[in-house]
This record gives sequence, C-alpha cells and structure tokens, in this order.
Amino acid sequence: MLSYAIRRLLGAIPTLFFIITAAFFMMRLAPGGPFDQERALEATVMANLNATFGLDEPLWKQYVIYLGNLVRGDMGPSFVYRDLKVHQILAIGLPVSIKLGGMALALAMLVGSALGSIAALRQNSAVDYGVIAVATFGITIPNFVVAPVLLLVFALYFDIFPAGGLNGWQSYVLPVIALSLPQIAVVARLIRGAMIEALRSDHVRTARAYGLPTRMIVIKHALRAACLPAISYMGPAAAALLTGSIVVEQIFGIPGIGRYFVQGALNRDYTLVMGTVIVVALFVVIFNLIVDLLYALLDPRVRYD
Amino acid sequence: MTDMTEVSAGMVPEVKSRSLWQTALIRLRKNVAAMLSIFVLGFLGLCGIFGPMIAPHDYAEVYPAYVKVPASISAYPRADDVIPEAQSALRRARLDLELVEMNGEVLTVIGTSERGVDERVTRYLDRSDLFTNARVVEVSDDGNRIEMQADVDRLYFLFGTDANGRDLFSRVLISLRVSLGIGLLAAGVALVIGVLYGATAGFLGGRTDNMMMRVVDVLYSLPFIFFVILLVVFFGRNVVLMFIAVGCVEWLDMARIVRGQTLSLRRREFVQAAEALGVGSGAILKRHIIPNTLGTVIIYMTLLIPKVILLESFLSFLGLGVQEPLTSLGVLISEGAKNMQNAPDMLIFPALTLTILLFALNFLGDGLRDALDPKDR
Repeated sequence: MLSYAIRRLLGAIPTLFFIITAAFFMMRLAPGGPFDQERALEATVMANLNATFGLDEPLWKQYVIYLGNLVRGDMGPSFVYRDLKVHQILAIGLPVSIKLGGMALALAMLVGSALGSIAALRQNSAVDYGVIAVATFGITIPNFVVAPVLLLVFALYFDIFPAGGLNGWQSYVLPVIALSLPQIAVVARLIRGAMIEALRSDHVRTARAYGLPTRMIVIKHALRAACLPAISYMGPAAAALLTGSIVVEQIFGIPGIGRYFVQGALNRDYTLVMGTVIVVALFVVIFNLIVDLLYALLDPRVRYD
Repeated sequence: MTDMTEVSAGMVPEVKSRSLWQTALIRLRKNVAAMLSIFVLGFLGLCGIFGPMIAPHDYAEVYPAYVKVPASISAYPRADDVIPEAQSALRRARLDLELVEMNGEVLTVIGTSERGVDERVTRYLDRSDLFTNARVVEVSDDGNRIEMQADVDRLYFLFGTDANGRDLFSRVLISLRVSLGIGLLAAGVALVIGVLYGATAGFLGGRTDNMMMRVVDVLYSLPFIFFVILLVVFFGRNVVLMFIAVGCVEWLDMARIVRGQTLSLRRREFVQAAEALGVGSGAILKRHIIPNTLGTVIIYMTLLIPKVILLESFLSFLGLGVQEPLTSLGVLISEGAKNMQNAPDMLIFPALTLTILLFALNFLGDGLRDALDPKDR
C-alpha cells in the first residue's frame, strides 16, 4: 500500500509539470502586465520594475528560473502585494480556507450519508421523496443564491448569526452551511442510489438471515458498499472545498485564498496565480490518491500490489 | 456500389431510430415533471425573446424618484408620496407654495414669488418621474402668482426597482434572454467540438485515440476556475466571445462520452457492414456513428445548458461577466445580495427566476435521460 502511494505521488509529477507549464505560458500570453495602471508608468520606472522582478528576461528564461526556484520551494514574490512572498500569502489564507472547507466536508459526509441512508431504507415513502426534493433543491440552487439568502434570513432578519468575518464559532455556521449544502445534496443522492442496491445484495441478505439488528446491517455492511460512489465524487469536491470557495468567502468576508484566484488573474499577479494553481493541483492529486486508498480499504476486492 | 450504400445506410437506421424516438417520446409524455419543465422552459424562453419588447419600461431606463421601491402590482406613485415629491421637486423653483393638492389624477400647485414668476417653472415638475404634461393654468396680472397643473404619471413596477431606479421586471426579462442565449451558445459550441473530437478519437482508435484522450486528460487536470478566469483575462469585455471560449472548455466531458459510445458502436454489425461496402470513414461517422450517439448527446446538452448558465451567473456575480447596463441573472443576484438589507425584492426575484429556470432544465434533462436511455430505468 505504501509503495503504491509513493508510486502514485511520483506519477503525479509529470501531470503537475504539465499544469505548471500550461498555466505559466497561458498566463503570460494574456495581454497586460502586473505593473499596468490607469496612467502608464514612466518608461524608466517600468524598466526598473521589470528588471527587479526579472520580467525583462526572455520568456523561456523566466520559465526556467521559475521552475528552478519552485524546485527549491520558492514561489517568488507577489507582484501586487509588494511586501509579501507568495508562500506567505498562501500561508495566511490557506489555513482559514482549509478549516472552513474541512468543516463543510465533514458536515456534507455526515448529513449526506445519513439522509441518503434514511431515504433508501424507506424507499418511495414520504421521507424518501422529501430527501429527494431537498437534494434536487441543493444541487440546483447555486451557492451564490443560497449564501445571500441565508444571510438575509439568519443574520439580518432573525439576527442569530453574525453576517460576516470570523469571530467565534457562530460566524462559521452560515458559511459552512452554504458551502456544504450542494455537497450534502449530491452525497445524499449518490448514497441513496447505492444503498438501495446494497440493501438488495447477497451479503446484506445473508447478514439479515443471521439475525443481525438492522442498524448493524445498515451501518456495517450496507453503508460500506454504498459509500463508494460518494467517496469517488468527494475526492475532487474535497479538493475544491479545501482550497477555498470564491463566492462563499466573498459573501461572508472570510480571508481565505479563494479571492486570490480572481484577483491574482485580474492583476496579472503571475506568481500568485501560479501559487494558487499549484495549490489546487496538489490538492486534486492528493485527494485522488486518498480516494483510491479508501477504495482499497472499503472494498476488499480492490488491491494495489 | 454507391446506390447500395445509400439504400443500406438510409433505410435501416431510419426505421430503427424512428421507433427509438417514438418510444422515447411516449416515455417522456408520462413524466409529469419533465412535461411541466418543457412548458416552463417554453414560457421562460418566450419571456426572454418577446418580454423585453413588450415590457412597460426599458431595462436601462433610470427613474431617480423610484430607487429601490418594493414590488407591487398597484401603480406608483403612492397617494401619500405625491405631495411631498411635488414639494421637493419645486424646492429649487424658489416659489412660496400656497397650495399643493391632488384632484384625482391631476396635481394643482399655486405658488407665489415676490420677484415675479417665470412660466418655465413647470419644467421642475416635468423633470420629476412622477409628473408629466405640466402646464400653466393661470398667471396673476402682476406676475407674482402662478397656478399650474400636472398629470400624475402612473408607473407599474411589478418586481420593484433596483438601486439605480431601473425597473426590475424589465431587467429580469432581458437577463433571461442573455442567460438563455449564452447557455445555448456555449453548449452549442461544446456540442460541436465535443462530438467531432470524441467521435474522431473513438472511431480512429489506437494510438491516435490515446493521444487525443491524453490531451483531454491534461486539460481536465487544469483547475477549471483558472481556465475560466484566464478566458476572462483574454476576452474581458466581450461576453459573446467569452462564452464561445467557455464552450471550448466545456467540451471535455462531451468528448469523453461520445468517444465511449463510438468505441462500442464501432464494433456493431451495421458499421462493419458499411465498412465492408467501402463507405469512407467520414461518411460512416456522419451517417452511422454520430446519429447513434445523439440520444446521449441530447441528454448531456440539456444538463450542460444549466451548467453554463450557472457559470455565467457565477462570473457575473464576481463582476467578470456581462457588463452594465446589459444584465444577466448573475448580475442581478449579485446586486440583490449587496442591497438585500433594504430592498430584499432585488435578491428574491432574480434568485427565484434563476432557480425556476435551473429546476426546469434539470428536470427536463433527467426526464430525457429516463426516456432515451432504456438501460437506466
């Protein structure tokens, strides 16, 4: 298992290399530069700035230099947030995003699988239809609609939770709900479908014949098989959640890294954009690996030797 | 030779596919949610196409007197607002107002001024959004006293107005047009590229297929949001170009699906028969492969349109999409979110419209999948 994990991580290096290369050149192809302002800077100032940041070198040389620095763990200075290096910016924002995303992820897994299992156990009952309705709702409505509505109802109208910022546990409630709602919906739907199938399978029937209590059967035997599709969905979703949601962070005023995706690209903050791209790509690689390992753990038929 | 191919290619699939479509239609008719969605979508589509033409207000027209008024089916101005509004409109006219009164639909104002009254003061009333056709009824002989009348302009704001005093109903209608148009455009581009690419890869197979699919894999692993934001950077101010570009990104799933289908279709007898008869690759693709993937493609297309609409709304929400004064549902929702504290209508109506639109598209997509994909039932 360990050697498999290591092999997978090594195998991801070419992919990461491709992503970094593509992102680097695509970003540079975009018109404009980090020092462009409404009023053009004086030519000498511009030349000095470009020289300071190494932008006067030919593109391929900049690329080689960037890769070299990256290998040594240096993501370079931000072009726009002048006093900060990219890794410092990420070090400030990423923990916030991870904390928020992690809570949303946990909530989505717990609530989603609970709803899905209950719906599957009472297939075609009112409860089942209720869960399906909620799931459809959650999948359809984007979180830039859910988040303001949550704010409107719970922060402005009833004044239960704060409307923004991150002070105390109360301020996490609304953003976590807004982030996890679509995920809860998808997980519930996936678990419901797989659970209905699992409950009809031979091994569950055998467990029933042994006279095991229903709760045991569902949690230990059926859920184990039923959560596989949900897990493979949650891999990429987890990477997206943990690297920050642009919309939710913007609406609730949370200082995560989500905003740097947009601002970085708009400001042509080349190094910062590369930093965010690398972070997302790393998370995707890691979570795909975790999904595969979880598969082996849950399904004894899957072997990685 | 060619005659024979035409016969075999023309007859067989047509009979078969017609029955497939017919059964699919029968199944679709039984699906209440899907049928209802078709009607809702048709209605929203008509609203998007014709709504802006028959809307009572232009979507870009600003009514400074009616900023953020709540939604109402009765006309503005409210009876209580007319007199204060007339007073404030005439404040700069330097008149001492003796009488301001409402008689039915007509406002009568009597004003005096010691330095004489200019008859052009009526324009102060006309300038307000509340009054039209202001006219002088009588000027006293010494020229210090004027009586004027103006009609009260009745305006309807079914959904209220936005932060600039623009009619939200008209803006929702135009945004429906923009959102639906962009959704169809980008999904169409994705459809064409995805189907051609996927069918080619699947049909040629072997090393070419491998290469083509590796390209798709690499594009997949690029963070999607980065891709989109790059497109914004490139095409910034031109939304149409941008969404053609979004279509150029969204074709990846389509290509995979079509390739998978093509791989299995390729081994079917009718394709081999066509090959044995000497039909060229292009003709086989056009005649046999692509029509047979159509069911899946249509399903995917109905699910892709809401995805693109969502993406457009998302970008507009961030301020990167459609630019003022044109608007889209995302722009309206983002403005609504900023103003929800004192004008919740601005959030509720666009959000509701988007929700209904997305629901209808999703239900229709699900219904089509159930109808066209017999394996899934």
